[in-house]
Amino acid sequence: MRSSKSKQRGRKQKPAPSIPTGSLLAIESFSPEEISSLLKQSAAMQSQLEKSPASRRQLTNTLAGRRVALLFYEASTRTRVSFEFAAKNLGAVTTVVHAAASSIEKGESLVDTGYTIEATGAEAIVMRHPSSGAAQLMAHYLKVPVINAGDGMHEHPTQALLDAYTMLRHKKSLRGLRVLIVGDIFHSRVARSNAQLLSKMGAHVTLCGPNELLPELAATLAPGIELQRDIDAALKTADVIMMLRVQKERLSGLNLNIEDYIRDYQLTQDRMRNAKPDAIVMHPGPMIRGMEITAEVADGPQSVIVEQVANGVPVRMAVLARALGARK
Amino acid sequence: MTNQQERPLLIRGGHVIDPAANTDAKMDVLLRDGRVAEIAPSGTIVAKYAEVFDATGLTVAPGLIDIHVHLRQPGQEYKETIATGTAAAAAGGFTSVCCMPNTVPVNDNPEINAWIQAPERGAIVNVFPIAAATVGSMGVRLTDFAALKNSGAVGFTDDGKPILHDDIMRASFQAATKLGVPVIQHAEDTRLTGGCSMNLGPTSFRLGLRGMSIEAESGIVERDIRLARETGGHLHVAHLSTKKALDTVRRAKQDGVHVTCEVTPHHFTLIDEYVGEYDTNFKMNPPLRGTADRDAMLEGLLEGSIDAVATDHAPHALHEKQQEFDRAPMGITGLETALAITLQVLHHHRKVPLKQIIELLSSNPAKLVGLKGRGTLSPGAHADVTIFDPNKKWKFETQDSRSKSKNTPFDGWDFTGAVTATIVSGKVVYHRDRANR
Ligand SMILES: [Zn+2]
Repeated sequence: MRSSKSKQRGRKQKPAPSIPTGSLLAIESFSPEEISSLLKQSAAMQSQLEKSPASRRQLTNTLAGRRVALLFYEASTRTRVSFEFAAKNLGAVTTVVHAAASSIEKGESLVDTGYTIEATGAEAIVMRHPSSGAAQLMAHYLKVPVINAGDGMHEHPTQALLDAYTMLRHKKSLRGLRVLIVGDIFHSRVARSNAQLLSKMGAHVTLCGPNELLPELAATLAPGIELQRDIDAALKTADVIMMLRVQKERLSGLNLNIEDYIRDYQLTQDRMRNAKPDAIVMHPGPMIRGMEITAEVADGPQSVIVEQVANGVPVRMAVLARALGARK
Repeated sequence: MTNQQERPLLIRGGHVIDPAANTDAKMDVLLRDGRVAEIAPSGTIVAKYAEVFDATGLTVAPGLIDIHVHLRQPGQEYKETIATGTAAAAAGGFTSVCCMPNTVPVNDNPEINAWIQAPERGAIVNVFPIAAATVGSMGVRLTDFAALKNSGAVGFTDDGKPILHDDIMRASFQAATKLGVPVIQHAEDTRLTGGCSMNLGPTSFRLGLRGMSIEAESGIVERDIRLARETGGHLHVAHLSTKKALDTVRRAKQDGVHVTCEVTPHHFTLIDEYVGEYDTNFKMNPPLRGTADRDAMLEGLLEGSIDAVATDHAPHALHEKQQEFDRAPMGITGLETALAITLQVLHHHRKVPLKQIIELLSSNPAKLVGLKGRGTLSPGAHADVTIFDPNKKWKFETQDSRSKSKNTPFDGWDFTGAVTATIVSGKVVYHRDRANR
């Protein structure tokens, strides 16, 4: 009974045909080849950034004069700054639009805001929004590529790419890598993007947390995902330990006691004794020291948390270059 | 709406199916003065001055009745009006619709109730209001059930704002029972569904959307059945969507509790996965469920534990649906596709006889809300008739829709089974071949 058009609906792994080329909306609709290619591009960007001042200058020709709008409906420091530097490293011109300082507050619809930004000459839109699916909605109506910088609880694809990039700087391959993600999985777009990416790339993903923050449904997210309630057991085999922020503002309705959470899930020096000596500790930020992780571990020898932030720039350069169709 | 001056209409050569009269044969039907004048074996009615409707090869049924629609008037005329909503109803083969009270203001008093039914509204099918059970549908103080019934209300509900307090629900049953009308409940424990925009399941988790649990529906159904049992009231569960709630209804029926239920075409056809990449035309309340629940709805229809098919026709403007998924309003239109979907899914795929389909869409709904002389073609009944071709292939395109809103997931669907004509009080209000599309 369903028409050919309707048959497309509900099919996973396939973006709608009307999505502008170069968009990055969700890792879920990306192939392993596309992910690998972006990671390679990121490495190329980084080596050119670090090679010499001349090669660094040369990079600014890549997107010289191209216009990138950064549309932020939610506060963000690291993602916005990282995208801005990434764009500027490639020579692009950026405009930051904050929800609070625009017509958005007056009740303009998301799509109308998109049309306006497109009409003023933006060639790509990087957007952060509190509603899941907001980037998809935008991309559906616009002609310019849309880059999702985090939509609600759904995805944060560039974070997953920079996390994978960081893992690859310390580990040989993502294939077979044992990655443990601990904390508030339910509310986390970072967890969803990471689970999608790592599953596609052949890593073993273990999600860890109490039932309130990690419902059984999480196992359906991508193939091969395991759930583990006991962090100490999970730590023993992990090559990568990724701690997530507990989104305190979202806990009010849940049956979750902070002291219990800290006792059962905080990553401490003590717990790290269970971990493999070459395991790396990651955190996508913002990090609450003393909550999900202690300062000793966050600043400890196995932590790559600061490096993650730095890696955001070359990864986002690769994403922007792809979006705007730059050669090489 | 009756047209006393009109010529009689003789529907000739059709296959008449009238479950209430146990008729399933080739018969002619004569309509005169807004009533069914005569029904007899084909070729035996002599009516010299009658206009003739040739129904050869077609099914002639008592007019379809949709007991759950939102006509949006008064107050939200940009979504739908009584005129456009009933035009869509006629195109879908419905001769009567029951409209929900969540208008602006809420239909909680006899003035609004009468205003909705006034001829100035331009309805082309019969409109029977379901009035609010509590003032403003705020769930605190009961409306005047007797006055509302006297002004035409056929049932009571706070659809969309379910009655959560036991004492208010109990009082609603007590007031409705005295008047012999049902209390209709949108079964959703809204204390458990805050911020939810779809069914709780793998799809909601994947999309990062908060999901409504099955228990949020079944818990209220269980509570309502307990109160219906206690008060002897008639509980009608609106748009049932979960196996768990259906099992509860089935058991209560066996126990002799006066409980009935309806299911929408989308809940026995679609599943939550079809939300795909945040398609707001798949967002409604109750939400589309998983395969097991969808299949349970089909089973319930097949075995007869579900009493009626109702659309929950809920028009919304394009700009409202063109929003972030969690901000877009819930609801889809359904009047023009309900018969086609029911024929396709139940009759063609599941081999349900047409008699049973007509029970679900006409005779049972008439009984449920006490519409006397409707849902049947017995002599003396209202001359409301739906003529359809169960085998006609067609494509539904929203651009052709008579509804003011186009928020349907069925755009572009191919169907087998189409309405040929809709007759209200003896007058053809819709004819497929004369429809300007
Ligand atoms: Zn409802």
